[in-house]
Amino acid sequence: MANEVVDPGRRRFLTAATAVVGGVGIVSAAVPFIKSWEPSARAMAAGAPVTQSLKKIELGQQLIVGWRSLPVFIVNRTPAQLAALPGQDPRLVDPKSQVDQQPKYAQNEARSIKPEWLVMIGICTHLGCVPTYVGEMKPEPFDPNWQGGYYCPCHHSRYDMAGRVYQGVPAPKNMEIPPYHYIDDMTIQIGVDPKGAA
Amino acid sequence: MSNVFSNIGDWITERSPGLMPMYRKHLTEYYAPKNFNLWYYFGSLAFLVLINQIVTGIFLTMNYNPSAAGAFDSVQYIMRDVQWGWLIRYMHSTGASLFFVVVFLHMFRGIMYGSYKKPRELVWLLGMLIYLALMAEAFMGYVLPWGNMSFWGAKVIISLFGTIPVIGNGLVEWIMGDFLPGDATLNRFFALHVIALPLVLLLLVVLHLAALHEVGSNNPDGVEIKKGPKGNRWSPLAPADGIPFHPYYTVKDIVGVGFFLLIAAFIIFFAPTLGGWFLEHDNSIMANNLITPAEIKPVWYFTPFYAIVRMIPSFMGSAVWGVLAMFGAIAVLFLLPWFDRGKVKSIRYRGTGFKVALAVFVLAFMGLGAVGAGVTAEVIPEWFGNVNLTTWENLFGRVMTALYFGFFAFLWAYTYFGWEKTKPVPDRVTMHD
Amino acid sequence: MTKRQFLTTRGVLMKQFLPSLALAFGLLVGAAPAHAESGPALLSSGANVSDQASLQRGAKLFFDYCVGCHSLKYMRYSRMAADIGLSEQDVMQNLNFTGARFDDPVISHMPAALAAQWFGKAPPDLSLEVSAKGADWVYTYLNSFYLDPHSPIGWNNTLLPNAAMPFPLSELQGLQTAVMKPGSQDEVEKLTLAHPGSMTPAQFQQATRDLTNFLDYVSEPAALQRHKYGIWVLLFLVVFTLLAYLLKKEYWKDVH
Repeated sequence: MANEVVDPGRRRFLTAATAVVGGVGIVSAAVPFIKSWEPSARAMAAGAPVTQSLKKIELGQQLIVGWRSLPVFIVNRTPAQLAALPGQDPRLVDPKSQVDQQPKYAQNEARSIKPEWLVMIGICTHLGCVPTYVGEMKPEPFDPNWQGGYYCPCHHSRYDMAGRVYQGVPAPKNMEIPPYHYIDDMTIQIGVDPKGAA
Repeated sequence: MSNVFSNIGDWITERSPGLMPMYRKHLTEYYAPKNFNLWYYFGSLAFLVLINQIVTGIFLTMNYNPSAAGAFDSVQYIMRDVQWGWLIRYMHSTGASLFFVVVFLHMFRGIMYGSYKKPRELVWLLGMLIYLALMAEAFMGYVLPWGNMSFWGAKVIISLFGTIPVIGNGLVEWIMGDFLPGDATLNRFFALHVIALPLVLLLLVVLHLAALHEVGSNNPDGVEIKKGPKGNRWSPLAPADGIPFHPYYTVKDIVGVGFFLLIAAFIIFFAPTLGGWFLEHDNSIMANNLITPAEIKPVWYFTPFYAIVRMIPSFMGSAVWGVLAMFGAIAVLFLLPWFDRGKVKSIRYRGTGFKVALAVFVLAFMGLGAVGAGVTAEVIPEWFGNVNLTTWENLFGRVMTALYFGFFAFLWAYTYFGWEKTKPVPDRVTMHD
Repeated sequence: MTKRQFLTTRGVLMKQFLPSLALAFGLLVGAAPAHAESGPALLSSGANVSDQASLQRGAKLFFDYCVGCHSLKYMRYSRMAADIGLSEQDVMQNLNFTGARFDDPVISHMPAALAAQWFGKAPPDLSLEVSAKGADWVYTYLNSFYLDPHSPIGWNNTLLPNAAMPFPLSELQGLQTAVMKPGSQDEVEKLTLAHPGSMTPAQFQQATRDLTNFLDYVSEPAALQRHKYGIWVLLFLVVFTLLAYLLKKEYWKDVH
């Protein structure tokens, strides 16, 4: 018994080779299990781009549509609301939208493709409540100088008419602008960037 | 690198002094007989399948919906919408059937080589408890997809308890929590299937292994290596015919795992329903309490016992006898160590009577399976033409039932009255390759 | 163990266990468990889900003739398009007539309550029809319709007598009538084509084959992935098992 010559090099090599191949097998077998946590086809279908006509939204009105289970605010901003935007800059946390909360094509004063149409995910950047649209430009209990915007009922964060957050409130960032583009003059599709924009 | 590993090893050993001795006791210094053959792969394979069932089962629960309204849809959701959900489900469904394949072969090995005999009776009893828990686990798992066969299978199996005198009807309602299998039934089966029974199974497996390692493994010669000479190249105190489980049997079992996975992967990827044996066609129809499938039958691994229920006629106005016979068929397996009085363990040195009886027993078990699965109902008219199917099927099934129980009666008489002519058992184990 | 004893053990194995195993396996393969209803012999559908052209023709047939009554509630248009090689435009313009979104499942527009009133029962969802009945059954069923003046809907089927379904493919196949067994009122001997349709019998068989194939795909879309990945998994396992075998051989030099 045991009179065959044992070659330790061969034994080490075979052990390593089997371990490596077996390890590759175990890692590959784990991939489907990890992938099974990614959004399912049903979730993807629910998160598919949403097409919305703008025709019935009156001046100064807001429409809320669902996209990926998120509320998306679409507002037909009045010229007065738009005119008040630059004046808010000194009171804002991030007036120039430096923080990455919007696609490049919406990184402007009105945070939109066409200035009059605001398209924005209506989720407060503090703890995720849905802020209330307070469009009228008149003194409010929470701000005597109110120029229209959003007021979060949960912890009183305030945003202007472009979803930019005011200083001195709990919310840290401007509200998020989703990817969207215009299919024609009065129809937008939420969830897809304009052609040529990344 | 190796320094880092040994430092970590030392760090752990200092804080948990029991770990290294346990590793040595059960792996590197567990001396198993060196003459294990093909039949000795199925224990480790059963353990592998158990792990597979637990892992894939956990991932299935993440998308399964245990309600009568949502269960069937959620299975299709897993099969179609969840990324790779189909693979996880097929691994689980194929694993369930292969679990029984390896467990049956493992049990047959035990009978063939007398592994249930002194001093391993407790190992056998714990193994039989695992088998019992596994049957309960599989039955409840089969109900969860809520197909029409799930529903009617559950109804029929639960109704077996209704044959018990006096308490039967109340018991059936208690098990279902309703008057038909429904939400309540599905929810409690789900809880038992995913939590309670897996815990019981794991505990029993630990006890089964602990009991085995206390007395040591049997082998194809049925020779007690602990009673033989001492001293091998690893230890002067170890049995001369023993080799360390690790690395020798771990590397050998890995080869078995490779072959087993080849078969399993072939089924999973190319024949997941296995022609209706592993996943039944009628289970592609949602549970419907108004439409009974053309033929209600359990999955293949329950068919031998199901056939026994069918073969026993009602007597004195009660159908309980068939159910008693079915439970009896499992009970006699528990008592096998006491039916068999023979001192020689392995089939290699046992009398011809034992060999013939075991072959007949296996054939009877398969014959009963064929009756339970409806194979005989299809084959009899094909082979024998226009005969009375019920008469022939009952005749065949009853003969098989008699042979099944007859094995235990014969084995007792054969060994008790000393009719068995055994061959001399060698002192040491033998090797053939 | 002496050589003779060893041979005896082997002999038992050979003479008793192996034949019994072979017999059991023969029974297993020879008689798959009873499949759907027993009835007339089934025709062979020859369904092959990897034949993409056939799947596309079958899909076209399904959406032209079947979706009016039957849904495929587990099948999304988008998944189907990706799997059988159609573009979003193909599907939305040529197959989807209900105005459903591309990601929606295929739902028939027929109101279930009305359908139940018309046909006696609501037309079943066909997502899992092939899983439940088998491809051959579906293929045979589609080829077994005949005109029956005694039936309330005017149609009958030899595979599923008194099926509550009129036969929408009759413009393709033509009209079959039943020839009864001699001296019998209701036992069909065979079906004959009384009026030809727009297809020849061979073309119609191919069309129903395509339709069956499409429904086979729909009942388990994952089959396409199974076949694609399965072969690689098997190849990998062959390599792994071979390595493990060499490793075992190497270690067991200590034992022999």
